[in-house]
Amino acid sequence: MNLYTRRRLINYISLGISLFAMCFGLFWLFWILHTLFSNGLPGINMALFTQTTPAPGSAGGLANAILGSLQMSLVGVLIGTPIGIMAGTYLAEFGDRGWLAPATRFINDILLAAPSIVIGLFVFQIYVAQVEHFSGWAGGIALSLLVIPVVLRTTENMLRLVPSAMREAAYALGAPQWKMVLFVTLRAAKAGVATGILLAVARILGETAPLLFTALNNQFFSNMNQPMANLPVVIFQFAMSPYEDWHTLAWAGALLIGLFVLGLNVIARVMLREPKQH
Amino acid sequence: MSDQAKRMKMQRLQDALFVGSTRFFAFLVLATLSGIIISLIYGAMPSIKAFGLSFITSTEWNPVTEQFGAWPSIRGTLLSSFIALLIAVPLSFGIALFLTELAPVWLRRPLGIAIELLAGVPSIIYGMWGLFIFAPLFADHVQPWLTETTANWPLIGELFAGPPMGIGMFTAALILAIMIIPFISSVMRDVFEVVPPMLKESAYGLGSTTWEVVWNVVVPYTKNGIVGGVMLGLGRALGETMAVTFVIGNAQQVMPSLFDPATTISATLANEFTEAHGELYTASLIELGLLLFVITFIVLVLSKLLLLRLQRSEGAHS
Amino acid sequence: MSKPNNAKLAVKNLNFYYGNFHALKNINLDILEGKVTAFIGPSGCGKSTLLRTFNRMYDLYPKLRAEGEIILNGDNILRSGIDLNMLRAKVGMVFQKPTPFPMSIYDNVAFGVKLYESLSKAEMDDRVEWALSKAALWNEVKDKLKQSGLGLSGGQQQRLCIARAVAVKPEVLLLDEPTSALDPISTASVEELVHELKKDYTIAIVTHNMQQAARVSDYTAYMYLGEMVEMGPTDTIFTAPSKKATEDYITGKFG
Repeated sequence: MNLYTRRRLINYISLGISLFAMCFGLFWLFWILHTLFSNGLPGINMALFTQTTPAPGSAGGLANAILGSLQMSLVGVLIGTPIGIMAGTYLAEFGDRGWLAPATRFINDILLAAPSIVIGLFVFQIYVAQVEHFSGWAGGIALSLLVIPVVLRTTENMLRLVPSAMREAAYALGAPQWKMVLFVTLRAAKAGVATGILLAVARILGETAPLLFTALNNQFFSNMNQPMANLPVVIFQFAMSPYEDWHTLAWAGALLIGLFVLGLNVIARVMLREPKQH
Repeated sequence: MSDQAKRMKMQRLQDALFVGSTRFFAFLVLATLSGIIISLIYGAMPSIKAFGLSFITSTEWNPVTEQFGAWPSIRGTLLSSFIALLIAVPLSFGIALFLTELAPVWLRRPLGIAIELLAGVPSIIYGMWGLFIFAPLFADHVQPWLTETTANWPLIGELFAGPPMGIGMFTAALILAIMIIPFISSVMRDVFEVVPPMLKESAYGLGSTTWEVVWNVVVPYTKNGIVGGVMLGLGRALGETMAVTFVIGNAQQVMPSLFDPATTISATLANEFTEAHGELYTASLIELGLLLFVITFIVLVLSKLLLLRLQRSEGAHS
Repeated sequence: MSKPNNAKLAVKNLNFYYGNFHALKNINLDILEGKVTAFIGPSGCGKSTLLRTFNRMYDLYPKLRAEGEIILNGDNILRSGIDLNMLRAKVGMVFQKPTPFPMSIYDNVAFGVKLYESLSKAEMDDRVEWALSKAALWNEVKDKLKQSGLGLSGGQQQRLCIARAVAVKPEVLLLDEPTSALDPISTASVEELVHELKKDYTIAIVTHNMQQAARVSDYTAYMYLGEMVEMGPTDTIFTAPSKKATEDYITGKFG
C-alpha cells in the first residue's frame, strides 16, 4: 500500500467514525424523545390538569404540581430577571474601569455552572433552616439564583453586540447614562435579553435538585408559605415509587415538562435567529 | 438658567442612582458566591470538627452510629464523571468534526440544533429513561455478555463482574456521557469555527486530507479551547443530580465492579438530606455539598483559565 | 447675531494621549462662528481625535486623556467638573456610520429634544418636521414617521441622524466623516445640507475627501501625525498653501 492510499484510508476511516458519532448522538436523542412520548401520552388527560396528586391506588392528576411549578418559576423569574439585567448592564456599560466587573463576570460564570443541588443547600441554610419550614418562597428563591447567572450573561453579551457608535450617538445628544441605557442600548438588545429570560425559564422548569430541600412537596394545593408541590419533585417521587399508576403520572408529567422546555428552547433559537433589526 | 442648573443636578442624581444600583446588583451577584461558601462552611462546622480530614478518606457512612465518611460519595462523583468523559470526549470530537467539516452546509444548522436539544432535555427525564428503559435492556442484553466475555481478562474482568442489575456506576456514567456530549461538542464546534479559513486553506493547498487538516492544524490551534470545553462538560457531570440519583443505586459502598450500585455526592444529598435528623448527620451532608462545590469550583476555574489563554493567543494572532 | 470672525471654539495648547501614545501635539486653532471648518489629513493624523475632544466623547473610554484648553463660550470645556451632558447638548455630533436608535423615525428626532426641553405635542411635531426638513428628509418620511428608523436606506439613516443632531439646536455641529459610508447621491444631499446649516450653526467637519473639504468649507486645517500643519481659508489652502507638506498632500503626491 503506498503512502497516498494509506493517507486516504486513514481519512475515510476517521471521517466514518465522525459520521458514526453524529448518528450515535442523534440516536439517543430520538430514543429518549420516543420513550418520553410513548410513555407520557397515555397519561395525558383532563384529570391531569384538574385533580391533585393522588395517594397510591386512587385516581388523580398533577394540577397542584403544575400550579406550584408555575408559581415558583414565576417568583424565580420575577426576582432573578431584574437582578440579572441590572448586573449585566453594569458589566457591559459601566464596568470598564475598576475591579468589580471582571470579578463579577468570573463569579457569574462559576454560578452558571455550579451544581444546582448546592444552590438548594444554600437556600435551605439561609432560609428554610431559619424559618424552620419548607416553602414555595424558598423554592422560588432557589430558582431565582439559577435565573440570575443566565440572564446576566445574556444581557451582557447582547449589550456588547450593540455598536459603541450607538452609545456615542446618544451621549453626543447629551443624554444621561440611564436614558442612554434604557432607551437606546437595552432597547436595541431587547430581543436577545428576552431570549436569555426564556432560556432561564427553560432551565428552571426542569430543575429538581434545588427544590428538593426548599419547596419539598405537597399532596395538595398550597400557598407560597407552605411546602409546595412541583412537577420535577413529584415526578421524582412518583417515578421512584413502586406503584404503577404513579409511574403513569410521572411519565405524563415528564412529557409536560419536556414539551415545555424543548418548546422554549426552540422559540429562543428562532428569536435569536431573527435579524437584530425589528 | 437656574432652572437649567436644577435640571442638570437632577439628571446627575438620577445617573448616580442608576449606575449605583446596577453596581449594587453586580456586587450582589459577587456576594452571593461568598454567601454560598460561608453558609456551607458554617453548616458543615459540626462535621468538620467531629471528623476533620478523615471525613474525606473514611468509607464508613452510618447514620445509626453517627459515623460519616465521604469517600464512597466522592469516589462515585469523580469516577462516574471520569468514565463519562472517557465516553463523551471522543464522541463529542467526532460530532464537532462532522458539524464543522463534513456535513453539507444545509444540514449543519439543523443537526447542531438537534444535538443542542439533547442539552435542553431536563435531567429528570434522562433519569427516568435510564431507570425504566435503558437499565432493563442493559441488564438483559449487554451486561451478561460483557461479564462473560471479560471474565478471564486480568483487571478488566473485575470491572465488569457482578449480577446484571442494570443500574450502577456504569449506567450512571453512560447517561452522564449522553448528557454532556452536547455541551462538549458545541464548545468544540465553536472553537473549530474560529480557526482562520486561510490557515485551513493553506493546509488543503498542500494536498492534505480533511483528517490531516483537522488533526495537524485545527486541533493544535484550538487545543486550549477543546480542553476548556471538556472541563465544562466535567463540571456539568460532577454536579448532575437527578439523572444519577435514578440509576446509580445509591449504595454507600466502594466496590471494584462498575456494575455494582454506588453513589455520588449529589445522589447522597438528594436521597438523604430531607430525611436526615440530628445535627451531625445534617452537617455531614452539608460538608458533602461543600466538597462538591469546591471540586466543581476548581474544575471551572481551570477551564476558565484555559479558555482565557486561548482568547489571549487569538488576540496575539490577529 | 455675533460679529464675524468670532471664535466659537478656541483650542489652546491641546495635547491628547491614548495611554502612552501622544496622539495630538500642541494644537492651537480657532473655529469661527457661523463658518464651516474642515479637517483633512491622512488616516491616523488625529483629525477625528481632535473632533472628539470638542464634545469630550473620549471621556467614555478609560486611558484617554486631554491636556490644554478648549474654550467654548468663555468656559474651558476640558476642566473637570464641567457637566458633560450639558456640553454635548450644545455641541452636536454626526458620526461616520449612521446610528439610528432602535425606535421610530419620530422618536429618533424627538429623543434629544425631550432631554432638555418640555414641549407640547404640537410644538414637538413642529420641531420634528423642522429638523427633518432641515435634513432634507421630510418629504421622504412624512408618511411613515411611526416606522422604525432602522428601515430607512443608508443615506436616509444618515440624514435622520443629522436631523436628530439639528433638532436640539446645538451651537456647534461636529461631522465626523459623515459621508464616508454613503453613495454619491446621498453625499451630495448631505453636502448641500452643510451649506444650508451653516447659516445657523458653527460646523466642524472631518473628511477623507479633499474635494469635499474644498466644496463645503470656509476654512481648512491640514493635520499630519498629530500636528496641525497648516490652517487657513479654504481657497488659500487649496490654491496657495504656505507649507510644502500641505501642497504635497493636496496635489496627491502623498497620502
